[in-house]
Amino acid sequence: MELKRVVVTGLGALTPIGNTVKEYWEGLAAGKNGCGPITKFDAEKFRTRFACELKDFKVDDFINTKEARKMDPFTQYAVVASDEAIADAGFDMETLDKNKVGVIWGSGIGGLKTFEDEMIYFGKGDGTPKINPFFIPKMIADSSSGQISIRNGFRGPNYVTVSACSSANNAIIDAFNYIRTGRVKVCVTGGSEAPVTIASVGGFTAMHAMSTRNDDPSTASRPYDQDRDGFVVGEGAGALILEEYEHAKARGAKIYAELIGGGFSSDAHHITAPHPDGYGALLSMLDALDDAQIKPEDVDYINTHGTSTPIGDPQELKAIVDCFGDHAFNVSISSTKSMTGHLLGGAGAVEAVASVLAIQHQFVPPTINLFNLDSEIDARFDLTPNIGKSRKIDIALSNGFGFGGHNATVIFRKI
Amino acid sequence: MSDIAEKVKSIIVEKLGVEASEVTTEASFTNDLGADSLDTVELIMEFEKEFNVSIPDDQAENIQTVGQAISYLEENAK
Repeated sequence: MELKRVVVTGLGALTPIGNTVKEYWEGLAAGKNGCGPITKFDAEKFRTRFACELKDFKVDDFINTKEARKMDPFTQYAVVASDEAIADAGFDMETLDKNKVGVIWGSGIGGLKTFEDEMIYFGKGDGTPKINPFFIPKMIADSSSGQISIRNGFRGPNYVTVSACSSANNAIIDAFNYIRTGRVKVCVTGGSEAPVTIASVGGFTAMHAMSTRNDDPSTASRPYDQDRDGFVVGEGAGALILEEYEHAKARGAKIYAELIGGGFSSDAHHITAPHPDGYGALLSMLDALDDAQIKPEDVDYINTHGTSTPIGDPQELKAIVDCFGDHAFNVSISSTKSMTGHLLGGAGAVEAVASVLAIQHQFVPPTINLFNLDSEIDARFDLTPNIGKSRKIDIALSNGFGFGGHNATVIFRKI
Repeated sequence: MSDIAEKVKSIIVEKLGVEASEVTTEASFTNDLGADSLDTVELIMEFEKEFNVSIPDDQAENIQTVGQAISYLEENAK
């Protein structure tokens, strides 16, 4: 079967450094910090008291109050970002065959805040289960893709991928496959997470996975820096409209880039620790390159998973050397998590959007807060420290790795 | 209007996202105010919480309009 080409025709972003694609890109290009003290709950007794929260986001500006009330924040973010992407794609909703539009979304957790609130309420009672009837439909992770479908009348395949921090990359690859095999013409894809909650922040700090740089939150997310001490949790959503190339051309759509490859693998090693040799990461990148039918040296920019944890960052770089050989030192690399924090199941989505925008603008966003390169990391890597730069980017690759040993990689090409 | 009626109406306005003027005594939750089956369950639970009553399922089934809710609560609220 001849596979069809798949292009990106719409983008949406709701992030800690910008509430629209335009603001997001301006933030990325300028090296904007998205981190600050937690405002969503009283974090005084928590070991980590900061996060990358959305700024000045009022859901009522986007979704009517009655509908928004029936959505967990992670679904609200999904709806807002996908609305932007769908509008950006400029469909004629009268002629679009909505039966051939899928919604494949990613979320690592789902409605955690909803779960917490309901259980706290139950815990304060006398044991009688007065559970709100909207509790389950708000909490389940697939309510995000379901709400996007309902809102727009899209009747193609609809579900959510759950693979922790590679969830959105898995969603993008599934959407890619449905389009290139001809099953649907268009997919709304991406991912969202709303993890600035007591269970999430408390749980990740219990694992010693999060930074505790409470005295200086704005420099806490510092991938590759000598003094990095864990990731910084972030919230928000990224959305992409993937469309069959001929379908996009026929309607005269604006085309951002082509999605040319998706790769995946498993570490088969440990439920949270990455493989010590970065073997799973290597397999994922090799699989994506093979799928895209390109050579390693064709890649110009890598948006790394790069979460700012002591263990994970160097292992991904080792995998990049194993995958790219000497080209590992020619390719531009950056971790935009230094600015946005780690959006968990939404990370792959906002980073795919960043990769597509990097191609569009021919500009590499920086890795901020890189003050002193980890002495264990080869100084020949071009990690784009602190200041972004213009460069020719024909092909960009974005990695996402998740607890559970899931790895997924996507590759975009200039068109 | 009684205090109970006032409170019932304000709960309905909040939970169903409707205008206060729509919440007439005769208005049916599902037919007139756009409630689905989950909305109706949530409304009954809110009434139970607000008025400190327990509404058995067989009686909840008979509360389908604003007026029926007010009458039930006026008789049973503590």
